[in-house]
Amino acid sequence: MSGVALHATNITKAYAGVQALASASLELRAGEVHALVGENGAGKSTLIKILTGAVVPDGGEITLNGALVPRLTPRLAKSLGIAAIYQQPALFAELTVAENIALGIEVTGRWGRVNWRERHRRAADLLARVGARIDPETTAGELGIAQQQLVEIARALGAEARVLILDEPTASLSKDDADNLFRVVRELRADGVGMIYISHRLEELPLIADRVTVLRDGNTIATRAMAEVNREQLIQMMVGRALSSVFPKRTVPLGDTVLELTQVGCAASGVSGVSLSVRAGEIVGLSGLVGAGRSELARIIFGLTPADQGEIRMHRRVVRIASPADAIAAGIAYVPEDRRRQGVVLEMSVSENVTLAALKHLSRFGAVDRRREWAVATDYTRRLGVKTPSIRSLVSTLSGGNQQKVALSRWLVTKPALLILDEPTQGIDVGAKAEIHELMTELAEQGTAILMISSELPEILGMSDRIAVMHGGTLVSVLDRSEATAERILARALAQQTSEFAAFVAAGGGVQ
Amino acid sequence: MTASLTRGVARHAREFPPAIALGAVLLAMLVAAPSFFSTANLRDLALNNAPVLLVALGMTLVILVGEIDISVGSQFAVCSVAAGLLAKAGVPIAIMPLVVIAIGAAMGAVNGFLIGTLGLPSIIVTLAMLVAWRDALRWATDGAWVQDLPADFQWFGLSPAVARSLIVFTAIALLVISGWALRNLRAGRSVHAVGSDKEAARLAGIDPRRVTFTVFALTGALVGVGAVLNAVRFSAVPSNAGTGLELQAVAAVVVGGTAITGGRGTVLGTLIGMMLLGTIGTAMTYVGINPFWAKAIQGLIILAALVADATLARIALQRRVSGRAGVVGR
Repeated sequence: MSGVALHATNITKAYAGVQALASASLELRAGEVHALVGENGAGKSTLIKILTGAVVPDGGEITLNGALVPRLTPRLAKSLGIAAIYQQPALFAELTVAENIALGIEVTGRWGRVNWRERHRRAADLLARVGARIDPETTAGELGIAQQQLVEIARALGAEARVLILDEPTASLSKDDADNLFRVVRELRADGVGMIYISHRLEELPLIADRVTVLRDGNTIATRAMAEVNREQLIQMMVGRALSSVFPKRTVPLGDTVLELTQVGCAASGVSGVSLSVRAGEIVGLSGLVGAGRSELARIIFGLTPADQGEIRMHRRVVRIASPADAIAAGIAYVPEDRRRQGVVLEMSVSENVTLAALKHLSRFGAVDRRREWAVATDYTRRLGVKTPSIRSLVSTLSGGNQQKVALSRWLVTKPALLILDEPTQGIDVGAKAEIHELMTELAEQGTAILMISSELPEILGMSDRIAVMHGGTLVSVLDRSEATAERILARALAQQTSEFAAFVAAGGGVQ
Repeated sequence: MTASLTRGVARHAREFPPAIALGAVLLAMLVAAPSFFSTANLRDLALNNAPVLLVALGMTLVILVGEIDISVGSQFAVCSVAAGLLAKAGVPIAIMPLVVIAIGAAMGAVNGFLIGTLGLPSIIVTLAMLVAWRDALRWATDGAWVQDLPADFQWFGLSPAVARSLIVFTAIALLVISGWALRNLRAGRSVHAVGSDKEAARLAGIDPRRVTFTVFALTGALVGVGAVLNAVRFSAVPSNAGTGLELQAVAAVVVGGTAITGGRGTVLGTLIGMMLLGTIGTAMTYVGINPFWAKAIQGLIILAALVADATLARIALQRRVSGRAGVVGR
């Protein structure tokens, strides 16, 4: 039970002169859930890549069940029972669940003939083990992210994984799905599987982890029993400094109504009858479970999937928003959730990204005024504290937090009246998170109306003046800051789900 | 000074390999066959390649925006024949080029509509167009050349020397203009943005459909210019002009360091790529290599460029991954 499953000692790794890992150590016991935390750039990903054999370390040693592993390759890692599951599941979307699970661990007959019945049976067994109610013959692409993760875990179990690495597994999950995942993790722990659990959601660690290791700047800072540390201590170890207050919320006098939605909907994106307003200087939090229609509503307001019902007013005047260009003209800015894919153009420079949405104002007769562009880009990257070698650097070379700041800068340059932020701090480190919250507060003080989508309840509660809760594509409730609590929000987000939810609990689904 | 030099070097990193290769070939020619550098030969090279360069400019735009256009050769043939027929029909020689350019732009706009507006895959659309225009032309002309052109058709009725300068000058001017436009115009920025990431560009308020449409239409217009400049060099217009032109154009763009996946590249690179491919072809005949090998070696150069590009991309990706995992910009 307490035997050391995997032991990495003093791992070092440098990429092109940059020390990603200076001295990282991690000891994982069999049958434990070991949390690995650190700011973005602390070296978590590199360590994981080394443990899965994807990257060869410069120094240090790795032992598995006491035996030294001289040179880990992805193939060797797999055969030794080390598997990793990432935030974005990596299933083959066109293959069925059973086929996905069978890949690489196929039990075949003569001449490699597939035994379909055996394959189906195995898949069903493994899925049952992770508590997933999924038909093995479903195409993987049809599943939601939570279900895909369970399929990946099932696949890892099928490959006899003894060491399972979970990288931000709950980042895109609703509370239900996360709870179900925790249940599976606990069962695997009871079976003796050692798990490395990476998460930015510190509040979920006490629920699930036995021990925690903190990485900072490529060094292991400490390994502690989870019960002995609290959130503040963890944050302090991660950033090397104490954060005074997590949410720098300041109440500002509200101005005129900026955005007003009246019975807005879009059949294609399953949103209907949304009435909501946001005033100048106000931060309205948009809460709800994944799939409740929050991002879809944002995309309607920004003209990506134009509304086909209701009215949108900006500054009390009805506007027709049929494209992002219309939205920008109306003073709306949108920082999307999937920053890597949509918020920035990775192959363009920082300065080109910052000015991309405001080029109209920075050019004369269609020609970009490069001097002004330079000045604006320098100004905003400095103001937002974007850490980049130069504003000529490609955005792809920046860390997640800095990419998010670039995405934000792009929209601040347009001086929007309404700023829509979709999961503004998802997957970015604690320090950058605090900076973005501070920035939101400053913008509100300057009279910007902000609509913030977030799946993190503390963030919603900490930053919002009012909280709008969505469920099933429509707005179910709007709570004032003074009356909002996590329980109330969740209760409303779940409201119409209670029967289904209760059935799930009754069927043995654990809820923490 | 050094800082701006490093910056310039970094910005043009993609053009370096072909530029060095070009330098090496030129140096080799200087030793092996100095007559290559005779005024007459250089003039012929420039003149032969000017029309191709214009097509390659269009191809640069198309590839930058993340698409491809293999119908340019057929468009070129249609434009060439149109130039001859218009001149024969009595359209003044000063007006004829404008009409041909409009015809080219219209053919490009058809591609642009199908690819940009309707979102069909460019490789299939332009393959269909390659065949459609070529065979429509064969059917319409019966394969016959356009002959008995008015006297002011060849060399625009100017003296050959003046006309030659005009042709080369036009190509260079359009090269400079498009290079400037890609760097400095808002529209140029849009081309790079759409080619890098269509969805991200859309979210920044750019309409990728319109950008793609415009790029194809513009390419058609450039093909029209190239066709006119090519046709007026002769006293008759062949109906099979521009065969294999798409390959030459794509090759010049790719060898010139433009990423085949879109977003990154310059017209300067395309010029270097064209000069490299053009010089190697001529160089080989100079040093007595069987011209049959010329195409094969050009093919090898294209493959080498693609492999180099993929390798560079992989290195960049590794750096990026390490940058993210490392402490850069934390």
